[in-house]
Amino acid sequence: MDKKLIYLDNNATTRVDDKVLEAMLPYLKEQYANPSSMYDFAKASGHALKEARGQMKDFFNAANEKEIIFTSCGSESANMAIRGVLNMNKNKKHIITTKVEHPCVLNLYQTLEKQGYSVDYIGVNSNGELDLAQLEEAIHFDTALVSVMYANNETGVIFPIRKIAEIIKRKNPQTKLFVDAVQVAGKIPIDVQELGVDLLGVSGHKFHAPKGVGALYCNSKTVITPLIIGGHQERGKRAGTENVPYIVGMGKAAEIASDFLKYEATEVRRLRDKLESGILKNIYNARLNTGAAQRVPNTTNIGFEYIEGELILLHLSDLGICASSGSACTSGSLEPSHVLRAMNVPFTAIHGSIRFSLSKYTTEQEIDYVNSVLPGIIEKIRNISPYQDELAELKKLKNNL
Amino acid sequence: MWDYSEKVMDHYRNPRNVGKIDDADAVGSAGSLACGDQLKIYLKIKNGIVTDAKFQTFGCGSAVASSSILTEMIIGKPISEVRKITNKDIADQLEGLPPEKMHCSVMGYEALEDALQGYEDYQDLEDIRADEDKKQKIVCTCFGITENVIWDAIKQNGLTTVEEITNYTKAGGACGKCKGLIQDIIDTYYKKEESKKTEGLSPAQRILKINSIIENQISPELQKDGGDITLVDIDGNKVYVKLRGKCSGCKNSMLTLKAFVEMTLKDAISKDIEVIEVGA
Repeated sequence: MDKKLIYLDNNATTRVDDKVLEAMLPYLKEQYANPSSMYDFAKASGHALKEARGQMKDFFNAANEKEIIFTSCGSESANMAIRGVLNMNKNKKHIITTKVEHPCVLNLYQTLEKQGYSVDYIGVNSNGELDLAQLEEAIHFDTALVSVMYANNETGVIFPIRKIAEIIKRKNPQTKLFVDAVQVAGKIPIDVQELGVDLLGVSGHKFHAPKGVGALYCNSKTVITPLIIGGHQERGKRAGTENVPYIVGMGKAAEIASDFLKYEATEVRRLRDKLESGILKNIYNARLNTGAAQRVPNTTNIGFEYIEGELILLHLSDLGICASSGSACTSGSLEPSHVLRAMNVPFTAIHGSIRFSLSKYTTEQEIDYVNSVLPGIIEKIRNISPYQDELAELKKLKNNL
Repeated sequence: MWDYSEKVMDHYRNPRNVGKIDDADAVGSAGSLACGDQLKIYLKIKNGIVTDAKFQTFGCGSAVASSSILTEMIIGKPISEVRKITNKDIADQLEGLPPEKMHCSVMGYEALEDALQGYEDYQDLEDIRADEDKKQKIVCTCFGITENVIWDAIKQNGLTTVEEITNYTKAGGACGKCKGLIQDIIDTYYKKEESKKTEGLSPAQRILKINSIIENQISPELQKDGGDITLVDIDGNKVYVKLRGKCSGCKNSMLTLKAFVEMTLKDAISKDIEVIEVGA
């Protein structure tokens, strides 16, 4: 059995693009100056920082470079945006978010609830789409912040940010909108002006930059307090000597990602759809958890009934295939994914739900290989399941169709 | 990624004894689909020996490995030995499980216990778990974990914290409302263990302990009043003593004997102790 790595977990992290690494190396080697320094030697790193800021501005289509703040990761971007807005609006104690946000945001809101904030968690339907009516109803005079992810990390379902921004403007123009865009960066275009968002965060390692660098867009009309207090860096918004090589890497990755958006929308989507339709065709009672919802082009989340996700992942891993699961067993949390539970995925399928997330590096051969081995793996695991009668019944139904 | 042992990986990759025994003599199950893992075990028993065992499991790698190795551990073994298998034995055979996965071994033990309980030869489990009501009382409603299961997990693995109970049985792992109850169970268990310690004394230890209490606690008190006591003999729960000095022939000697000597020994050793005075 030849074991070649087939990486289909790009929503977890991505491979660093060779061109990104190339762009970074000079700033790890000879151009090590602190960009704040006064001598000529610091000019190169100062310029590199400025160029990266410009690249991120273009990536977001922001109006001004001053609206870009470099951070260390997506979680820092989110924490900075959320705490920053709340600290500037101390009299407002109401926040609206969704039930399916990333844990880095959900756990922060749970902490804020203990500190006296009231938080409304907006639900989703069975396809994972946001309940906009519920969101609209929840906004009132005391709402400091609405915080919504652009696309869900587990399902890839895209939320209608522009519509949400319009609703907020209509209901309470004072309310700020923070968008966690970690899962869309490099997958679909981001246009902060067209969307009408106040704050938007991304993480470099989700679009082929290295881990340890992120960015926050904060529009010029939005004032936030810093999370890290110290030096004057990032216009006083984020102290600490700039991580020049990584920021350069993320800038380069953003530039490359913009060029690849069309490839994502066509080729990555085609391979994702091929994988998806192959699975649904060849494996009885595999369930596309997102129905007809609009998704980012690289993600599919499929539930295999009457088996458990971790075992699927372990067998895939034996063949070099990397994917992830919302099952309780993989997380060690004992409860299956909060996202799939919010969607009311049936309990027969929730534990056996697997996410495949592709990238520009995914090849047709890889997808064909996964499609050729997956039915055997599922069959093998189902053969040891105590639900033989239920499975036989399902198989009969499928064959009669 | 879990750090599974080679043995665990071998067993989930190539599970042994998978399937169903149609004419099984005993069938047991544990867990449920909603909980994320379920195990069914089928046994063939002949002349008190497990001649065949098969399993079906819905669950993660460690759940399949636990079931698979359990069947290997019991085939060919007499029921009396199979009864002694604990979740810890299963985990040990697998060369260990990650702490968060210990509940998979507990599930194997539960299914085995369930099967044996249904088997006609099987007599009630020993001592503290005999209380039927208690066995069925659900503590963790999220995962349907009974007090019985928690009790066994504490006993077999020496667990002392709520977090450990969650790792081993899942109880308290979801909404967390039952964590207080789990703490109560832990407290009750260790209180019982404490009191069991003296009940479990060997006859020799028991004699030494009674003697030491009489010499070090009772005698000094009586000496204060000019009396004394000596141990003459011990026969089961009967403790024969001789009262001396002022105590001997004292009108209150009966009171001294019952209210003080006997109560002290009852508290320290066993409530069945009876103190009898022998003549001078």
